[in-house]
Amino acid sequence: MHYKTYEAIIGLEIHAQLLTESKMFCGCPVKFGSLPNSNTCPVCLGLPGVLPVLNKKAIEFAIKMGLATNCEIALSSIFARKNYFYPDLPKGYQISQYDHPLCHNGWIEINSDGTTKRITIRRIHLEEDAGKSVHDENYVDEYSTFIDLNRCGIPLIEIVSEPEINTPREAVSFLTQTRKILQYLGICDGNMEEGSLRCDANLSIRPKGSKALGTKTEVKNMNSFRNVEHALQHEIKRQIAIIEKGGDVDQATLLWDADLNEVREMRSKEESHDYRYFPEPDLVPLKLDEKLVEEIKSKLPELPYQRKNRIITQYNIPEYDCEILTSSKNLADYFEEVVNQIDDPKMVSNWIMTEVMRVLNEKKIDIIDLSVTPQNVAELLFLIKNETINLNSAKHVFQEMIETQEEPGQIIARLELTQISKEGELATIVQDVLEKNPDEVQSYKEGKKKIFGFFMGQVMRATQGKANPQLVKEILQQKLTGQDDTSSKT
Amino acid sequence: MNQKRVTKISNWQIEEHVKKIQSGIITAEETVYQCLSQIESKQHLNAFLSVNEKTSLEQAKKIDQRVKKGVKVGKLAGTVFAVKDNINIEGHATTCASKILENYISPYNATVIDRLSAEDAIILGKTNLDEFGMGSSTENSCYAVCKNPFDEARVAGGSSGGSAVAVATGMAQASLGSDTGGSIRQPAAFCGLVGLKPSYGRVSRYGLVAYASSLDQIGPICRTVADAAYILQVIAGKDKKDTTCATVDVPNYKYFLNKSIEGLKIGIADEYFGRGLQEEIKDRIMKVVDELKAGGAKIEKITLPHVEYGIAAYYIIATAEASSNLARYDGIKYGFRDKNAKDLLDTYKFSRGLAFGEEVKRRIMLGTYVLSAGYYESYYKKAQQVRRLIKEDYDKVFSKIDCIISPTTPSTAFLIGEKKEDPLAMYLSDIYTVTANLSGNCAINLPIGTDSSGLPIGMQIMAAAFKEENLFWLGNYIDRCYKT
Repeated sequence: MHYKTYEAIIGLEIHAQLLTESKMFCGCPVKFGSLPNSNTCPVCLGLPGVLPVLNKKAIEFAIKMGLATNCEIALSSIFARKNYFYPDLPKGYQISQYDHPLCHNGWIEINSDGTTKRITIRRIHLEEDAGKSVHDENYVDEYSTFIDLNRCGIPLIEIVSEPEINTPREAVSFLTQTRKILQYLGICDGNMEEGSLRCDANLSIRPKGSKALGTKTEVKNMNSFRNVEHALQHEIKRQIAIIEKGGDVDQATLLWDADLNEVREMRSKEESHDYRYFPEPDLVPLKLDEKLVEEIKSKLPELPYQRKNRIITQYNIPEYDCEILTSSKNLADYFEEVVNQIDDPKMVSNWIMTEVMRVLNEKKIDIIDLSVTPQNVAELLFLIKNETINLNSAKHVFQEMIETQEEPGQIIARLELTQISKEGELATIVQDVLEKNPDEVQSYKEGKKKIFGFFMGQVMRATQGKANPQLVKEILQQKLTGQDDTSSKT
Repeated sequence: MNQKRVTKISNWQIEEHVKKIQSGIITAEETVYQCLSQIESKQHLNAFLSVNEKTSLEQAKKIDQRVKKGVKVGKLAGTVFAVKDNINIEGHATTCASKILENYISPYNATVIDRLSAEDAIILGKTNLDEFGMGSSTENSCYAVCKNPFDEARVAGGSSGGSAVAVATGMAQASLGSDTGGSIRQPAAFCGLVGLKPSYGRVSRYGLVAYASSLDQIGPICRTVADAAYILQVIAGKDKKDTTCATVDVPNYKYFLNKSIEGLKIGIADEYFGRGLQEEIKDRIMKVVDELKAGGAKIEKITLPHVEYGIAAYYIIATAEASSNLARYDGIKYGFRDKNAKDLLDTYKFSRGLAFGEEVKRRIMLGTYVLSAGYYESYYKKAQQVRRLIKEDYDKVFSKIDCIISPTTPSTAFLIGEKKEDPLAMYLSDIYTVTANLSGNCAINLPIGTDSSGLPIGMQIMAAAFKEENLFWLGNYIDRCYKT
């Protein structure tokens, strides 16, 4: 296996769409799902004579990300024009940052085979998004393309890592951690499928132990976490195969095709763009007051690793569980909201990690889209705790809550699931079961203790699962060992 | 002074004209008709690209009605303006004298248009220019060459040639031009007018079609210094749509118009009076300088060692920015698209290849080249360094003196066709004007008489950035001297 004798050198470029209300350089709303070209104005259309006006919120968001990833914030940074022709780029250039980005030299920690690894963030800069070219056959014939400029001018930050990532799994971890931070900061929704988070990779390989860098390729169009992992695995294998055959990797930009499981060449080195960056003369250099940066810093929300550590200590939850509970800000919020109403963190954590996660996975939804509120989950758990229903019924009730959005109390009443916890009532049922199964009783008394489960099952069946199992167990034991003095317990 | 006025309409200054409108002595409608008749009779000078006769007359009538009713009217009520056709007016064509903007109608107003309109100015039409402002003779218009009213065989200057001809012939009382390297001052000089290039950031550029963003400024072309001050007062000042527009307060310019020049410090630099300057221009300026000395001004010799690199730096920076600013004209969204193009690349190549003029293409290529990987450092970056040195030269001088006097142009108006085939000679006609753009300082052209052929001679006064009042102070003194 040659795979083991090579190592990959991977650097990621992550584009994150910022959740500002208006676009980067004009007042148009940042909204999705609007009619094509409806969220546009002369400025984002790039009409002759217009000028950009910088959105302060976008700067604030970018600074937040910089601070959250331990970057230095440049108190003076400049915007630059990146020049290239494309129909969805109406000005013929994209306003970006080049040699003086807003944030640089930071780091984030990722998971590498169970250990923590620090990856340097080379830079984070601000830029504007381009529009969209629509080739959809529903709208146009095969020779035509429509342009939708609603997206044009939406603020983006580009987060660039140093090439310190060595495996596709590390790349995914870097991306996961980055997305988590963005979401915790509330500055990007992190949806890769919808393109609000995009990831490109630069990748080269070299024999393990070698210091020289190989020729790198750039891989684009990896629009999911799975795609990132698959595309990078595939590209590593492709490059190794070339080198093993004695060939040279060609510097190129490649597109990942998830359907065909292969990369396609988008442009070769000869076709690579000369973007002719130069300082944007329509914007003055961005000067920041140190106080503003300090203020943003002081107002930073709790970050993923901080929250994880707090939850571990505050609620005494195992680290593994906590990793899952804080995997997204929304899930952690949900957990804490439930805990706030029912003070049993372990119980809440167990319920979320089993029942809630199962529903999320089945329905492929985010916790934010779950139809059951944290209040209702707390109510349900409370009903288990006070023995109104047993665990089995609770699972059933939870399923009903998902489907009908009814309150747990209503469902329990409707399905008559209230647990039978009255000893007298249960004793009668137990007595009945024992009388109907004299042979089994005999076997038990002769020492066949394993048959106890049979009696339990019969009682549960007789009560449609509503019996309080603990109580049933006690009564059974008493009756079977002949010490029938239930009266003393009531 | 012996300069002959071509204009047939009143020689009133704008402020005086507005007062006469306000008091009903003349009407706005009458003013518009006078201008329209000039446009008609001098059509062959090719000053206008479009005239809004109907809307202008309607607007004039409304102003007159308000005057009759005693309703307050604006500071420019009934003043007829012509606007260079690279400044956007909502609902009107903006051609930039380029085929590539064929049939383009602007959906918005430039800030300067909003400001003029708010003061009831009447914008009669859009004037001819060198395509996208690239040229010094208006010969690069895709429509027609502007002719100089003093000698129709000669150029009116450029790129704001149409704006100068319109005012010189009374087609409008004042006009707006744009100045990237001398495009207001040079045609003003060739047509015997006052032309002001404000400091960079004094007037909002929002709505001015960009040629070179770090150099472009909008300014007035008019008959007197007092008019220039009056118009600047209206159009200057911060604008939230242009963040390169300064927040520096706009002083009351009128206050500076009638000040004594006793003790005013004026600098004269040898660099501006060297080889290539028409002798008559030099003599004329020196006469003015003598009179200023007699009037109490202090004349000081100054030196500006880096201005000789101005033209070189200018044509690198301006073309670099232009190559990017003009990328949006791609045949995709509006304007000209070549119908023979079969794919995307051909759409770009054919549309731009056919619809841009020679000079525009030359500058786009030059600009693309100087920004290219491997050349950026030795051209664009070097030019920016030179630009800084030039600015430092001026900053040093302006820390000690108030104004610099120089020629505006090396010669009076040249013949149509004379420099068309020699771009370098054409570029050199900007030699005295480009440094004000590179440094961001303000500068004004004043007419100071004519040469032996009867062609106007222009003199340039330059002042530090945001010191337009110094231009008006000295300029109006000269204006007054020559009139009385």
